[in-house]
Amino acid sequence: MNEITVFIMGKGYRVPAGLTIMKAMEYAGYLLNRGCGCRGGYCGACATVYRLPGDYKLYADLACQTPVQDGMYIAQLPFTPAERPAYALENLTPDGKTLLALFPELARCVACNTCTKACPQKLEVMDAVQSSLRGDIRQVAEFTFDCVSCGLCTMRCPAEISHHHVWQLARRLNGAYLTPRAEHVKTRVEEIAAGKFKGELDKLVTMTKDELVAAYKARQIEA
Amino acid sequence: MPTNPSRLAYFPGCAMKDQARPDELGTLQALALLGYEVEEIPRWNCCGTVYSLAQDDLMRHVGPVRNLVRVQGMGEKRVLTLCAMCYGTLTRSARFVQEPERLERINAFMDTEDDFRGGIEVVHLLTLLRDEVGYEKLASQVKRSLNGLKVATYYGCVLLRPREFAVDDPERPEVMERVVEAMGGTPTVFPERMECCGAYLTVGRSDVVADRAGRILRSARGNGADLVVTTCPLCQFNLDERRPAGAPSLPVLYLGQILAWAMGVDEPAVAALVSKEPATGSPVSTGV
Repeated sequence: MNEITVFIMGKGYRVPAGLTIMKAMEYAGYLLNRGCGCRGGYCGACATVYRLPGDYKLYADLACQTPVQDGMYIAQLPFTPAERPAYALENLTPDGKTLLALFPELARCVACNTCTKACPQKLEVMDAVQSSLRGDIRQVAEFTFDCVSCGLCTMRCPAEISHHHVWQLARRLNGAYLTPRAEHVKTRVEEIAAGKFKGELDKLVTMTKDELVAAYKARQIEA
Repeated sequence: MPTNPSRLAYFPGCAMKDQARPDELGTLQALALLGYEVEEIPRWNCCGTVYSLAQDDLMRHVGPVRNLVRVQGMGEKRVLTLCAMCYGTLTRSARFVQEPERLERINAFMDTEDDFRGGIEVVHLLTLLRDEVGYEKLASQVKRSLNGLKVATYYGCVLLRPREFAVDDPERPEVMERVVEAMGGTPTVFPERMECCGAYLTVGRSDVVADRAGRILRSARGNGADLVVTTCPLCQFNLDERRPAGAPSLPVLYLGQILAWAMGVDEPAVAALVSKEPATGSPVSTGV
């Protein structure tokens, strides 16, 4: 077996090459109760920093998505404490003043771009901060659509911005105030409430298995 | 590569995209009518707002320099701002990093950008109109005259101070007055035209700003002005929105809006002020 050496929390382990950081930690004997969630790169729970031999950079990534490399120094950051003020969405206006009032530290951004370099989702994090400062809520929402709230940018930010909470608010404002209403959904919900599909549903739940299979085979399929 | 002189890299700054958006729209329309192809620089960030005076805190210069790197990436040699604060910060940072050691350290830090090579000139709307367009050409391109409208020309501080970064003589500036004349207006020179509006005290000490705004507006009105014109969205906001109760109600507009109207763009705020007949006789103060 092709083995490499990684250092987890400062201690060296021999692990098979090709594992993710998360798998390598478990191979080394760690039981992951925190800092581990979906294992698919979606939940953002497994924020991890690492260094490589001979390289000055501190890298940041998700443990479940990143293969180990020989000589890697690894530390997990299971949680990033970040201030999130309480707010009621219905009392807010979708503009920059709202973001700055709730997250005044946004104005401390010096455009160092450290957040962008830390993002495992390869988002343009600094540009989202800058769009927040100029009140472009929609742009913030679009820049951060794929944010998994792992907190790595927040951990690295010299201005101590709580990025993921700002992004969540911006997306909520965008959804509540700036995105056109989905009128067809409203219409359909009203149709359902008025019982438009009740007859068909009742018929389905009372069918025998054979009737159900026959109906399934005879169903209309879009070309 | 020869650059196209009518192509103009443009740094909006945050205010022009937020509360001052109408100013930006009018000004850009006016610049297009003057023959400029204005192109917003890609992925710009805040200019830094307040120029950092700390000599050893290079991090504060990363923001403005990053914007200059983006201008460089467009292949342009100059960049336009419409804001006095942005002009001050970008101009001074560009000068600050002319020292090779500082530039080297900032370039080493910004390891995801192209190295900044310097040589980017920052121009403001006023310097553009004076140095590139020229007063005479401007006057010849104006479609509608201000008909002697009495325009108080308010500079504020950042455009004129510190002295080595002033857009004009810091004691006796005339660029804004000349632009107003070129559009057929009558510039009203008033003692408070170079007083600070209170700038960023507007965030935490709006009472100080209100006091200053009141003094500036009374001085403008007392000298017979019909309106006050600024070339800074922050000055405009402070004079207009922080206007104390009892202060003169004369309008405060951004210069670009007036320029736009003079160039034939629809600007109702300006149109409402300009008289149909050319002014005759000596101007009479309307009082406070």
